[in-house]
Amino acid sequence: MKARQSITKKPFEAVVQEHGATVLRVCRAVLGVHDADDAWSDTFLAALQSYPDLPPEANVQAWLVTIAHRKCIDHVRAGGRRALPVDSPPEQPSRLGIPGEGHAELVDAVAHLPPKQRQAVAYHYFAGLPYVDVAAILGGTPEAARRAGSDGVKALRSALVELPALTHSSSKGEIR
Amino acid sequence: MTIEHSLDHRDVTSLLEPLDAGLELALASLRARLASDAQLTHTLDVAYRVVDSPVGSLLLAATDRGIVRVAFEVEDHADVLQFLANTISPRILQAPARLDDAARQLDEYFNGTRTEFDLILDFRLSRGFRLNVLQHLPRIAYGHTESYAEVALAAGSPNAVRAVGSACATNPLPVIVPCHRVVKSDGSFGGYLGGADAKRALLTLEAAA
Repeated sequence: MKARQSITKKPFEAVVQEHGATVLRVCRAVLGVHDADDAWSDTFLAALQSYPDLPPEANVQAWLVTIAHRKCIDHVRAGGRRALPVDSPPEQPSRLGIPGEGHAELVDAVAHLPPKQRQAVAYHYFAGLPYVDVAAILGGTPEAARRAGSDGVKALRSALVELPALTHSSSKGEIR
Repeated sequence: MTIEHSLDHRDVTSLLEPLDAGLELALASLRARLASDAQLTHTLDVAYRVVDSPVGSLLLAATDRGIVRVAFEVEDHADVLQFLANTISPRILQAPARLDDAARQLDEYFNGTRTEFDLILDFRLSRGFRLNVLQHLPRIAYGHTESYAEVALAAGSPNAVRAVGSACATNPLPVIVPCHRVVKSDGSFGGYLGGADAKRALLTLEAAA
């Protein structure tokens, strides 16, 4: 009976409850706040669809992040207006307009990271996936994923260090 | 993972914290949107909602065929949802819309303004003699009761009094399918899956109307 119980699958509602916030953070880091909502919706609808086929012992979080990764890419391809797919940073300071009192500088710094770095940071630090899993999603070796992650963090730190205004937030989201 | 690495991890997540602004609010509306998208695309196998009632909070669950489960709080809603995931499908979401009608009719019932339910029911969780019993129960009129023996007779097996008891005890659709109207021959209440107090409350409600 015990063994049988351990392989049963939770109601999908519990999956949303448990992983919804993490997936939204990942989408926000990868796409920016505005487009994250649509990517989240696409991710969970697709996940719901294929949930019965997911092996019961699968790592649900890694599975969701993998779907989110694809949905974010689809989203960028369809919209073609966000920074993700390009390898050079956008020229204009982006105004992602994060609601509330968030540090707009950070959001902007994330938006300026090259896509691979941003994805590696999101999947490793937000989703908590080991670099082996991050590499499986991004392609390439775990070492390359680790390098992208740590380069991303380094870039974020140095971008923020250059900003004396970091301690108080600007709701406008502009960087000078 | 090295220690250096995990320190780094905490550091970075706090660095990224601004991305959390308004996260909870966004999630609430995204979850509602998921429920309605899932409904529209027919990817939702079981929709559920929880309603308040004088006999405690009730879990209502529906498939695309109809209401499939009503559960009392004492049954533990999480356990019931897990059971539905195992037996019907794990594609389960809190999606209130599919249960609007049921919620409204239950409300009217508990207010004493409704004496009969007009809902489409999915009896897939019951079979055989138990199903016969459940299908007989709505014929016991509001405010009336029958004994387990009378129900056994009506369901076609006069000797199956105990089996009637277990059919009532495992009724997946309590309140709507009125197993509370089945009582002992001596007039005492008999058991109830929602607890004796709930059974008494329902019978008192119906007697008062």
